[in-house]
Amino acid sequence: MSIRGKAFIAGVYEHPLREATGKTVPQLHAEVAKGALEDAGLSKDDIDAYYCAGDVPGLGPLNQAEYMGLNVTQFDSTEVGGSSYVAHVNHAAQAIAMGHCKVALITLAGRPRADAKENYRTRPGGGPPADYAFEAPFRPVVTNMYGMAAMRHMHEYGTTSEQLAWVKVAASHHAQHNEHAMLRNVVTVEDVVNSPMISDPLHRLDCCVMSDGGGAVIVVAPEIAAQLKRPVVKVLGAGEAIKHLNGGKVDLTYSGARWSGPKAFEEAGVTPADIKYASIYDSFTITVVETLEDLGFCAKGEGGKFVADGNLISGVGKLPFNTDGGGLCNNHPTDRGGITKVIEAVRQLRGEAHPKVQVPNCDIALAHGTGGLLGSRMGSATLIMGGADA
Amino acid sequence: MSELNGMNRPSKVRAPRVNDETKGFWDATGEGKLLVKHCNSCGENHFYPRSFCPFCFSDDTEYLETRGRGTIYTYSVMRRTKEPWAIAYVTLDEGPTMMTNLIDCDFDKLEIGQAVKVAFIDTGEGTAVPFFAPV
Repeated sequence: MSIRGKAFIAGVYEHPLREATGKTVPQLHAEVAKGALEDAGLSKDDIDAYYCAGDVPGLGPLNQAEYMGLNVTQFDSTEVGGSSYVAHVNHAAQAIAMGHCKVALITLAGRPRADAKENYRTRPGGGPPADYAFEAPFRPVVTNMYGMAAMRHMHEYGTTSEQLAWVKVAASHHAQHNEHAMLRNVVTVEDVVNSPMISDPLHRLDCCVMSDGGGAVIVVAPEIAAQLKRPVVKVLGAGEAIKHLNGGKVDLTYSGARWSGPKAFEEAGVTPADIKYASIYDSFTITVVETLEDLGFCAKGEGGKFVADGNLISGVGKLPFNTDGGGLCNNHPTDRGGITKVIEAVRQLRGEAHPKVQVPNCDIALAHGTGGLLGSRMGSATLIMGGADA
Repeated sequence: MSELNGMNRPSKVRAPRVNDETKGFWDATGEGKLLVKHCNSCGENHFYPRSFCPFCFSDDTEYLETRGRGTIYTYSVMRRTKEPWAIAYVTLDEGPTMMTNLIDCDFDKLEIGQAVKVAFIDTGEGTAVPFFAPV
């Protein structure tokens, strides 16, 4: 398989200005996007993939997708200087060839000359995103941004602090067997709800650890996999999505997993009922509850009941999760734990998790990552994997 | 005036960085007005204000003055700090939901759905930041 003849460039637009005084960087990105869409004869809502580099202010494509009101389920923010955008065409063509998206937008924009005159730097990586001035005065930090999501979920669905606590309890049951875990003591629901309140309604034990460390993953072609001695894990399907504040139509009771999950399940040809083990990003207990609902492990609003009574504990419940102890007990390297989610799923599929938490006959597993903030804008990524025979 | 007036106000409010796209919004705050953006093409209101409508991508947008009233969509009080503060999203009567802090109130008596009104705090630089207080 190659990209040859599988993708077409349908619209282009070059900004006419050479000094963009009076325009912001997000605005310039939107202007070139609009120009290219008009050239192609397409509309904004046709776009399902967005590619940008370091000239976009904020966290990769998150803030700019929100500015433009894009709903995308494919994205890439490869930053390799001026070559980025040529590489983006390749990446977009690959995604289209694979059937992952149909209309990809690539943008570059900036205003270094206007910045220099105004003594105001918004060069790549330098300036704040458009949302910044409207949020920073109110001191959004990670804990209160997840707290607001939890508060609303409780309000709409009756989710309780005790139900959230069960997520941490399950993680602690697993972490006791992990010699590297930061927190190895098994905790109870009472321990969690009696721990100090950090930001309503999240207690200290609703929050993940802060840790150093890291991880790495090697992905290979089938012919390489066939030559290797160690057990390999087959990639079955994946999905990704960006969720944001949608121009002020705010709903914090769901995550981007609502869109990334179905894409991954469809590609893998499996359903939530087929998943024997799940690594679910657990920055906070509420992150797990909303994600499980959005991935379809239970109905929306039923996540609290689903995680209660040990349902996530390996050997006890229906859906063993984060058997390394997860971010809540094991580690959260450099405040972004996505790769550890893949690693523990691989251990489970290889049958190499700790014997006390190894899921018997683990043939299909899922790993889900959440980046950014559940309370504003986030990237969501779902990966479904199987054993070599899956 | 309520006895809660002045309660839980931040000790300092930094002036926002204003740019050409948002100058109209911040200038209005200095006059005690809270604006959202209205799209003349699709009729939707949006927040934070931008040149392009995030719903239909038209660039035919203009400011709309709000009543400065709304209800609490959600909130969270940061407790593990010397000066706790209540971050919130408030849904304006005109539609959009915006991030803010709740002030002039008892943090233990806040409720989702509670009616609130804008309470600007001056930055000392010709602008004001839109906080909200229970009505």
